[in-house]
Amino acid sequence: MKPVTSSNHYLERLLQTWSKPSPNTLPWLKQLQVGALDCVNTLRMPTLRDEEWRFTDISSLTKLPFPVVSNPSSLQLSDIEAYCLQEAATRIVFVDGQYAPQLSCVDSDVVAGNLLSLSCAYEEEIAQHIGQHIDSKDNVFAALNTAFLQDSAIVMVPCNTTITAPIHLLFIATQQEVSSYPRCLIIAQSGSKATIVEDYVALQAANYLTNTVSEISIAANGQLNHVRVQRESRQAFHIANCNVSLARASNYHSVSVALGAAISRVNLNVALTDEGAECTVNGLALISEQQLADSHTFIDHIKPHCSSNQQHKCIVGGTAHAVFNGRIMVRPNAQQTDSKQSSRNLLLTDKAHVDTKPQLEIFADDVKCAHGATVGQLDDEEIFYLRSRGLSEIAARDLLVYAFGAEIIEQITINSLKQQLKQSILEYTKHSE
Amino acid sequence: MINQNSKTLLEVRGLHANVNNIEILKGVDLTIKAGEIHAIMGTNGSGKSTFAKVLAGHNAYTVTAGSVMFEGKDLFELAPEERARAGVFLAFQYPIEIPGVANNQFLRLAYNTVQTQRGKEELDPLEFDDFVRDKMKLLEMNPEFLDRSVNEGFSGGEKKRNEILQMALLEPRLSILDETDSGLDIDALRIVANGVNHLTNQDNATILVTHYQRLLNYIVPDYVHVMDAGKIIKTGGKQLALELEERGYDWINAEGATL
Repeated sequence: MKPVTSSNHYLERLLQTWSKPSPNTLPWLKQLQVGALDCVNTLRMPTLRDEEWRFTDISSLTKLPFPVVSNPSSLQLSDIEAYCLQEAATRIVFVDGQYAPQLSCVDSDVVAGNLLSLSCAYEEEIAQHIGQHIDSKDNVFAALNTAFLQDSAIVMVPCNTTITAPIHLLFIATQQEVSSYPRCLIIAQSGSKATIVEDYVALQAANYLTNTVSEISIAANGQLNHVRVQRESRQAFHIANCNVSLARASNYHSVSVALGAAISRVNLNVALTDEGAECTVNGLALISEQQLADSHTFIDHIKPHCSSNQQHKCIVGGTAHAVFNGRIMVRPNAQQTDSKQSSRNLLLTDKAHVDTKPQLEIFADDVKCAHGATVGQLDDEEIFYLRSRGLSEIAARDLLVYAFGAEIIEQITINSLKQQLKQSILEYTKHSE
Repeated sequence: MINQNSKTLLEVRGLHANVNNIEILKGVDLTIKAGEIHAIMGTNGSGKSTFAKVLAGHNAYTVTAGSVMFEGKDLFELAPEERARAGVFLAFQYPIEIPGVANNQFLRLAYNTVQTQRGKEELDPLEFDDFVRDKMKLLEMNPEFLDRSVNEGFSGGEKKRNEILQMALLEPRLSILDETDSGLDIDALRIVANGVNHLTNQDNATILVTHYQRLLNYIVPDYVHVMDAGKIIKTGGKQLALELEERGYDWINAEGATL
């Protein structure tokens, strides 16, 4: 592929691969795509001069305008077994951005599938939500995702229904030098309860771009458990925008794990739009070599009596670079807000680097907000304690790194995924030696 | 128990050590034979805890002179973990909390590492569970402490019991108990002391580093040493501890000054 020189040239080249919505596309979807395309045309690629991107240099991405893939995947179930979760009864699989029905399965209690097959039966619900929770106007990646929106993973959890088996949304990358625009729409109706795993994997080492958008709406008294796993190829780019909207007395619990990608950026925006809503937002970045993992979160306390609890951890080895920007807004009438945030970072080498920025904006006067950030190395006294019990220095370090990360992984309720991720930490410690 | 025919386990000669370039140990001499229990007493800052940590190999301390032979081997040639495997055990004054590491995972890892180094069989999780629960009975410990993170949220007494549990698992030749009595109420002190007494035998030896005579009512020493300003300035039998309890430390210093 021929590299491009300027970031605007990148957008131009990218948009050359954009094709007009086909005539039989639903009108509201067509309108959404064209509207987003108009946004893209008014925007440019961010650089280090943009406040929101000042720690994360994506200039290497803007040299590579990867095209989209249009042919369906020929993968078979046996090719992806390693990534299937035995507990999941519903699995929706996209390969390089294309829906793969032969790899997907749906449990009868839940409405799940892809946009193209569900848009007739559930047109009203989908149209009401898709594109409504994400703002394309000043976010070029979200705008691009929407402009290229052809299909989407859709999950609807019906009113007062509890889905015990996790729902697995699996996005598989198989090709070199392509862009994919995965999309998720999750609608948890009132009083529903479900667990959703949003999982990005690569079958081989390759450079490609995943630009994903997830919209999650949780209606009154709904409960959603969201596990987000980013285990892309270590040469890939992963850009994600996830917006969550919580209604009255609803609950959102998320664990987001970043393991892969050369450069990853996740924007997670959680809006507590009505009283009594609660969210727990936990994250772990486990990176080494020259990886960069950036997590920007925004928790917006709009109404009174809501609570948020956030714990973010980074384990950084090699010359890797982790970024955490945790913004919490408490709006003027959001009295009785209870908000906690903690950012803890472990640097394993002298060249590992972390930028952590808690950002509290509090405009109400009767609130409880606590936050803290630490950056450090492994504790010498802890290492000595373990060595005095016979563990080698390496075993002691590995155990402490493992423990640091496992605290976040432990919050995942799906056993097989928890074991896989714990195994990833163990392998990480082996490789970083 | 003193037996002149026992073999020497530890031989400390003229030991000097610094921390942050300040000399703390200024010539410690001590010989310990198998089967013996030695108490090292002294005021704050006398160097007792430093001595304990130097024996275990803490890297904050620099040995500047002297030698320590452990069962005929130069102790300073060994890394902390090699000392542990060879049979040196330090029960910490302030046991470290390790959030995220389950106590049973830690205990099994330590046990199996030491077992392997000693050419013995490892135990799998189920076998180890039976084994460790049995040892916990000795210390009247609730098995729920196995599932909690190492020392996290443990009370002072629970931490010290957890230390002695590790001693029970690792079966050291030389145990150094650094202020194990501090922060213990009388019941916990009795339990911990019972545990230690149960673990001492003809083949191992114990150093009790302590401030107070109280512990020595429960674990009876063969020798009592008084440390002051980085040296052992007086050695006696268990009576010496009682005398210290009654008269304090000043008379020894005065006695030293008149010599």
